[in-house]
Amino acid sequence: MIALGWTLLFPLLGALILGWLAKPNAASLLNIATSAVGVMASFVLALQVLASGPIGGGLFYIDAFNVYLIALTALVGFTTAIFSRPYMTHELEQGRIGTGRLRLYHASFQGFLFTMQLALSTNNLGIMWVALEGATLATVLLVSLYRTPESVEAAWKYFILCGVGIAQALFGTVLLYLAASQAIPDADDALLWTELYRHAAELEPSVMGIAFVFLMVGYGTKVGLVPLHNWLPDAHSEGPTPMSAVLSGLLLNVALYALVRVKMLVDGSLAGETVHNPNLAGYLMMGFGMLSFIVAGLFLHRQRDIKRLFSYSSIEHMGLMTFAFGLGGPLATFGALLHMTVHSLTKSAIFVTVGHASQIAGTQSMERIRGLISTQPSVGWGLLIGTVAIAGFPPFGVFTSEFLLLSATMEAWPWLTIPLLVGIAVAFSGLFRHLQPMVFGAKPPSQDALKVNMLPVYIHLFLVLWLGLAIPGFIAGWFDQVTQLITGRGLL
Amino acid sequence: MTRYLELQLVEQAIITLAAMILVTSFALLGQSRVVATIRTFAWQGWLLALTTALVAWDIGHPHLYVSALLTAILKGALIPWLLTRQARQLGILRDVDSIVRPGITLLIASALVVFCYSVALPIGQLVEGVTRDVVAISLANVMLGMFMLVIRRKAVTQVVGFMALENGIFFAAVAATQGMPMVVELGVAFDVLVAVVLFGVIFFHIRESIESLDVDALNRLSEGEK
Repeated sequence: MIALGWTLLFPLLGALILGWLAKPNAASLLNIATSAVGVMASFVLALQVLASGPIGGGLFYIDAFNVYLIALTALVGFTTAIFSRPYMTHELEQGRIGTGRLRLYHASFQGFLFTMQLALSTNNLGIMWVALEGATLATVLLVSLYRTPESVEAAWKYFILCGVGIAQALFGTVLLYLAASQAIPDADDALLWTELYRHAAELEPSVMGIAFVFLMVGYGTKVGLVPLHNWLPDAHSEGPTPMSAVLSGLLLNVALYALVRVKMLVDGSLAGETVHNPNLAGYLMMGFGMLSFIVAGLFLHRQRDIKRLFSYSSIEHMGLMTFAFGLGGPLATFGALLHMTVHSLTKSAIFVTVGHASQIAGTQSMERIRGLISTQPSVGWGLLIGTVAIAGFPPFGVFTSEFLLLSATMEAWPWLTIPLLVGIAVAFSGLFRHLQPMVFGAKPPSQDALKVNMLPVYIHLFLVLWLGLAIPGFIAGWFDQVTQLITGRGLL
Repeated sequence: MTRYLELQLVEQAIITLAAMILVTSFALLGQSRVVATIRTFAWQGWLLALTTALVAWDIGHPHLYVSALLTAILKGALIPWLLTRQARQLGILRDVDSIVRPGITLLIASALVVFCYSVALPIGQLVEGVTRDVVAISLANVMLGMFMLVIRRKAVTQVVGFMALENGIFFAAVAATQGMPMVVELGVAFDVLVAVVLFGVIFFHIRESIESLDVDALNRLSEGEK
């Protein structure tokens, strides 16, 4: 419990202190230090949960599923904090932001991490909603940090679309509470995950079905599922790049986590014999997921802005995961969990390199980013290898997880492997047609190397490579525990 | 009809007030002046608070009084006051944001209400007491708030639509489940308050960067032409 307290407390304290700390250098160091404490606390928490099972049960509840995301969130938060130090210093030197806005940036960054950890660790469905809405509130001023017309427009879209979307989820939560208060005697406990799972079979299926549709639309907006994705490329491309890295690597995951938790509940409720369509939740997720996967893959081809390109790639991968969780079954779920991990590691690594690359070239327009490898080999190769990894090449982890997902689809819905394979190919070509000229070719005359910190990229890509070559035994066992939790059956 | 006449006075009052909340939702759709829209929204907040208090009295749920008080302060007073202040500072309080085709808009809105009644049927069956008939109205308020967001062209009136949508959800929580657990309600209220403040900040950013608060002018980011 102490470890959990530290995981939650440090980002919150960090946000409060960094809001007042005016010295840029000290602030960015404190930002890193706070996140480092968060990582250590979350790892201790993970070890505790893995050793002795779920802890909590009142306000907080930590089991194998959320502790894995808590650790991932803390890790990506930490490495992104490392990256944001040289990045934001450069932005400050260029005069794109002042020290006041840097304070806002640091406070929002830690505030965002706090809401993520709160959404993951809380036992209360309502608090989870509050935290996810809080994540929008914490990041909306980050999107408009540069105050350009484009960034303000993106912030407005982000605020309104995510706000309306997540309002649907609140309505779904009310409906779920209605169904739960019939089955659970103490009304104050009726929104606790622990109680809900215990009574899942007694929840009224017709109301749960309607509730799931609202929750799907609500949290699906945050996951970035097509056709609710419009805010995502704008918000990712207009804000500072460290924020794009945490939005893609963390926020989308946490929203998907919410959706999967709700699906587990709805599946339990719809399992009765009288129900018209017991797989409603799974089918909805498969449909939305597949649509997002295909549409986002096609949209990759027409992008001009490098950050928009990779945000569409995020939509594509989130679609694939949503599809896999909808498919259900141990193999697909295991694959989806692995994919969540490797995607968030790889994508945040890519955004780190993209951030440095666009600072080197002085633009985010892909037509004007040229010759990265000859300008600064570490950034150029980082971008190339990151993109190779995200496109699903062996030996990286994304290949492993996509392979598992394809096998699972082949087992359950053989015909659906065709659109999946086509989608992967389309996305691959969409990424590489833009990537080739950016990394290779001659260095433009006015372009010089910058002071960068590629450590986050090395850590992430190393982990992804490791997960691709050989998943360590304890991680495989961990994912298997989660799979058991979600589907009732283990894979190993 | 006779069923309604047999209800007690307080229950009739609840249903009447619920109907009036729906009327304010329609009024929000039809209002053209910014200041009138905000005022109608405040009325909706007061009606909502009153309904909540009556429900609390009818079923004897003391914690609903707290919700009613919270609603009155937040939705009836604080948020309208903040919005009015922001609109005055931006000099758009007297601006007009008229809807293009009022007839068709209101027809669509009516159709939405009918649709909500059909969706709410299975939900209503779970609810006991007088609020059973009110669930559909609360869902209709949610839908009308969303519809308002779609048809409005000014940033401020869109925010009012957003808040009306939130009112609908709160109303649904009161009608269907006699309110959410207190900790959740407080959290949601906090989020809403922060959201209004942030909306105000963004109004000024929009004003600074595009010199207008028409959301139609926010059209730089789109696929293709960039």
